[in-house]
Amino acid sequence: MSKVFKIKKGLDIKLKGTAEKIISNVQPASTYAVKPIDFPGIMPKLAARPGDTVKAGSVLFFDKLRPEVKFTSPVSGVVKAVNRGERRRILEVVVEADGKNEYEEFRAADPGFLDRGQIIQKIQDAGLWPSIRQRPYAVIARSQVEPKAIFISGFNTAPLAPDMDFVVKGNNKVFQTGINVLNKLTRGDVHLSLNADYPAADVFTEVTGVTLHYFKGPHPAGNPGIQIHHVDPVNKDETVWYIQPEEVVMIGRLFEQGVYDATKVIAVTGSEVKKPRYFKVLSGTSIEPFVVDNVNPGDLRYISGNALTGSKINKIGYLGYYDSQLTILPEGNYYEMFGWIAPGFNKFSVSRSFATWLMPGREYKVDTNLKGGERPFVLTGEYEKVLPMNIYPMHLLKAILVDDIEKMEQLGIFEVAEEDFALCEFVCPSKIEIQSIIRQGIDQMIKELE
Amino acid sequence: MNSLRRFVDKIKPNFEKGGKFAALQSTFEAFESFLFVPNHVTQKGSHIRDAMDMKRTMIVVVLALVPAILMGMWNTGYQNALAIGLERTLLGNFWFGFLKVFPIIVVSYVVGLGIEFLFAQIRGHEVSEGYLVSGILVPLVVPVDTPLWMVAVATVFAVIIGKEVFGGVGMNILNPALTARAFLFFAYPTFMSGDKVWINGLFKGEGIVDGFSGATALGQAAVNEPQILNTTGDPMTGMDMFLGIIPGSIGETSMLAILIGAAFLIYTGVGSWKIILSVFAGGTVMGLILNSFGGNALMEIPFWQHLMLGGFAFGAVFMATDPVSAAQTERGKWIYGFLIGLLAIIIRVLNPAFPEGVMLAILLMNVFAPLIDHYVIESHIKRRLKRVKVSTNA
Repeated sequence: MSKVFKIKKGLDIKLKGTAEKIISNVQPASTYAVKPIDFPGIMPKLAARPGDTVKAGSVLFFDKLRPEVKFTSPVSGVVKAVNRGERRRILEVVVEADGKNEYEEFRAADPGFLDRGQIIQKIQDAGLWPSIRQRPYAVIARSQVEPKAIFISGFNTAPLAPDMDFVVKGNNKVFQTGINVLNKLTRGDVHLSLNADYPAADVFTEVTGVTLHYFKGPHPAGNPGIQIHHVDPVNKDETVWYIQPEEVVMIGRLFEQGVYDATKVIAVTGSEVKKPRYFKVLSGTSIEPFVVDNVNPGDLRYISGNALTGSKINKIGYLGYYDSQLTILPEGNYYEMFGWIAPGFNKFSVSRSFATWLMPGREYKVDTNLKGGERPFVLTGEYEKVLPMNIYPMHLLKAILVDDIEKMEQLGIFEVAEEDFALCEFVCPSKIEIQSIIRQGIDQMIKELE
Repeated sequence: MNSLRRFVDKIKPNFEKGGKFAALQSTFEAFESFLFVPNHVTQKGSHIRDAMDMKRTMIVVVLALVPAILMGMWNTGYQNALAIGLERTLLGNFWFGFLKVFPIIVVSYVVGLGIEFLFAQIRGHEVSEGYLVSGILVPLVVPVDTPLWMVAVATVFAVIIGKEVFGGVGMNILNPALTARAFLFFAYPTFMSGDKVWINGLFKGEGIVDGFSGATALGQAAVNEPQILNTTGDPMTGMDMFLGIIPGSIGETSMLAILIGAAFLIYTGVGSWKIILSVFAGGTVMGLILNSFGGNALMEIPFWQHLMLGGFAFGAVFMATDPVSAAQTERGKWIYGFLIGLLAIIIRVLNPAFPEGVMLAILLMNVFAPLIDHYVIESHIKRRLKRVKVSTNA
């Protein structure tokens, strides 16, 4: 077994509603969407209008700044609507499925016989390029730069996260093809990180062409950002790419079958789901079929992704491009009398000022209440406990807030993404919106350097 | 509970924008959030949040102070009883002390919170909880006979000059409670030092038992008394110091009560154990050095007694750990704490003008904390740059 990286800092948030490892069958959703807001830093330009007929793999929109980066329909059907928000910003392009399952033809090909340029071209044409992201900046990979390595995290430690081994099960052959494709994109290594605590699925352990790493420890050990930091950190003027296993599978399918098959397995989780289970869906699906008759009554928060980093959607909203998880939690819009002094027998906290500390191992039903008012930075040393990186989080945040580009660079802005700081935001007693600040800093860096 | 909520909801519109009392919005919000944790939900970022917030953080510190408060009240009564030769019960002593100490607490809170509310209102902020802790720290570090108007003036000074001019809670450089103490010390020295101020009643001098002395241990050592005596003329034992049945500022005398508070702070994770430990370490090192020289009474106080005397333990546990004015990096905290301990004993022993050095040591290190952090961060950046060089060579 290769070296085990022991992650000590971090926090596993044990929520109620883990998905049972059963794939449920439901009638597939009738509408699907691709959401430009899932991709920080792009300027979407529409390529299809409402009423256009599209196949799976037809371009819906592209990035005005990098027109080669295309976003394609996951399903065949008709473009139903382009929903816009403030200042006519495009929020989502909705496609109504026609049930015919027609695919654009991209032709199967053995990656071994293609050069780097042809491979990139093929992935971009099929609309799978956005699945490859890069550090610095945690944005869609810039294809003209060759990365020094590509990272894949084979496990997810976020609250209620889907079990990656279960999600990719049976995809051995296409996963291998996907890895072969990635190996053509970099002269460096393709790193695959697995959880040292349990044996991984054969999809991961038997694949060739990867460097295996093992990680042990609490969330965020499963974040690619943390793994990159420990295996081969990003310095100034260096780039690494990262991609999720289910997306490697999709790329593998593209080269095996010549189509954009956006099928993935998602976990529907959370304390308010009656039967938390897995579902086989197409990327960008409406969540309607999975929540109808499957949630508890009351005011609910529907989250595409996990409770720490996911995005808020409504109950007929659409799953995000990168998300393989739907989390449903109770909204916390209630008043609690003297909540700040009550012993707190059912409250989850890292601090031991709540009685729940006496009951380890139990699962919590946590709602979306902010649990306090926003304050300036007061306590120190709290963020450090949940960020397993050689980075001073509070000083980085302060550098961002005062727009100090040089300090941000020195303190490690190139290595981080919002998701790595999600736990800092969770524990912050001043209730500061840390993930937004990190993205704000990254945006400033992009503006400054590109 | 529901009827209270209904009442709050009913009067709430009056305090919102356009309402009759819109000018008092921050004040209303403060009282409302005191009664109820607000119904605010997460908007951006993490959808779930830890149950810990600033109110709870502050209340944990206040709870940690409770043993010191109770012990201080009892000791006030006990010392007074010794001075006038009275026999009182445990409760009697406590009640006597309570009547003396409680008004100081009330004045400190009313004045301090009043200013906090005013500034929050002017700035249109929510009222911050910081003063919940400062407001109880101030009474605990003053002698019991401090006139109430002095407490009020010192509080005004500390909150405005020590905190609000810098932008309020989280922005201040000096610890507000110590700023109040320093103000009193330099503005009204006769009320803050000597051998008459530490025990209630001594100042007026009525009915004092013959041979009774209200001098503190450090006060006696400073004038080179050969043996340190307790108030009734017997030698002061280590146990007296540990339990805190000696004269001193209200909350600072009992090592035992302070250690209980320290354990609670460390257990809940609110107070930094690194700072507390390193202050004691710094004090021990300096104490040992001075012991090895000897020469006068102050230098010959055993190092372990130094840690229990004066405000050393109280300062280490409750003042040095204030996260805003302390060093903010984990490595910086070790340095910061250690230097406080070191300086406190140096000032105490080697400076004839100040029999107690903890207050000045902490305030001085408050000022230096950003510099310590600066060097910690610089060395961190240097190490990161070295990583770049290694990886380009490899």
